[in-house]
Amino acid sequence: MSITLNDYLILSTIIFMIGMYGVFRRTNLLMLFFSTEIMLNAVNIGMAAISKFHGDLTGQMFAFFIIAVAASEVAVGLGLLVLWYKRHNSIDLDTLKSMKG
Amino acid sequence: MFEVVAFYLFAFLTIAMFIITVTTKNALYALSALAAGMIFISAFFFLLGAEFLGAVQIVVYTGAVMALYSFGMMFFDSIKEIKESPTNPRLTFLLTGMIALIIVIIFVAPIISANITAQYPVGMAAELYGTIDGNTQDVGVVLFTKYLVPFELAAVMLLVAMISGIILAGKKMDVSITELSEQEVDKLIQEREKTETKDNK
Repeated sequence: MSITLNDYLILSTIIFMIGMYGVFRRTNLLMLFFSTEIMLNAVNIGMAAISKFHGDLTGQMFAFFIIAVAASEVAVGLGLLVLWYKRHNSIDLDTLKSMKG
Repeated sequence: MFEVVAFYLFAFLTIAMFIITVTTKNALYALSALAAGMIFISAFFFLLGAEFLGAVQIVVYTGAVMALYSFGMMFFDSIKEIKESPTNPRLTFLLTGMIALIIVIIFVAPIISANITAQYPVGMAAELYGTIDGNTQDVGVVLFTKYLVPFELAAVMLLVAMISGIILAGKKMDVSITELSEQEVDKLIQEREKTETKDNK
């Protein structure tokens, strides 16, 4: 008995599902960011597993770029979140309903 | 055998941590569970022979991203419990399950159908340069030949994100001018001009 590619992909799918459940369930914006991070990490596991079992390094390269995208997403997203909290004193998703600009 | 035990142990731990993250009401618990989950994920990268990716995962996620989140949480009331108003839990569950099924099909379909050959095989650096085989070396060779342009673009993107983060969080933009009436905007402009002339004197 050994670990195959399918095991890793199933694990990746389970973690992605948890993240997606978080995105559906949460209304707090900070928690939505956390769920997004979980989903990005799930994809990274899948990329690294395919890279290993096909003997190709391209998967790892894409995982690196996903990490870079996640880092910049956090920087910009938290800046916007701090700005929103200063104006509305709340980071609940329901306060985002009005689209006045 | 060792690999199997490690895989199942870390799979269990990672899933448990992430379930805590998405279900807990306390923001601090969510943050620490997420950080723990990130470290457990790096264990998979080490198991898969991607040592460099595992190290980057620990440094970037638990070092940088989690620190940024904890700094961001100092602005918000993290001690008080988060109020959640879930609309329809059954609908949420159904949607999540459906999408998960679609993702499984997407993942499994190409593996069943196609025979993929490696474009950049593992151990390329050893073949090319006759050096000691290592994941870090392989990654370096591929990153600085084929993926040089995306690498530089990622660097520029990180710089842009850093500057935008500093400006968004640092600048005084706590009043939205578009939501104010004309008189209020005129008043604001006059006040700003006053403070500017004071500073000049």
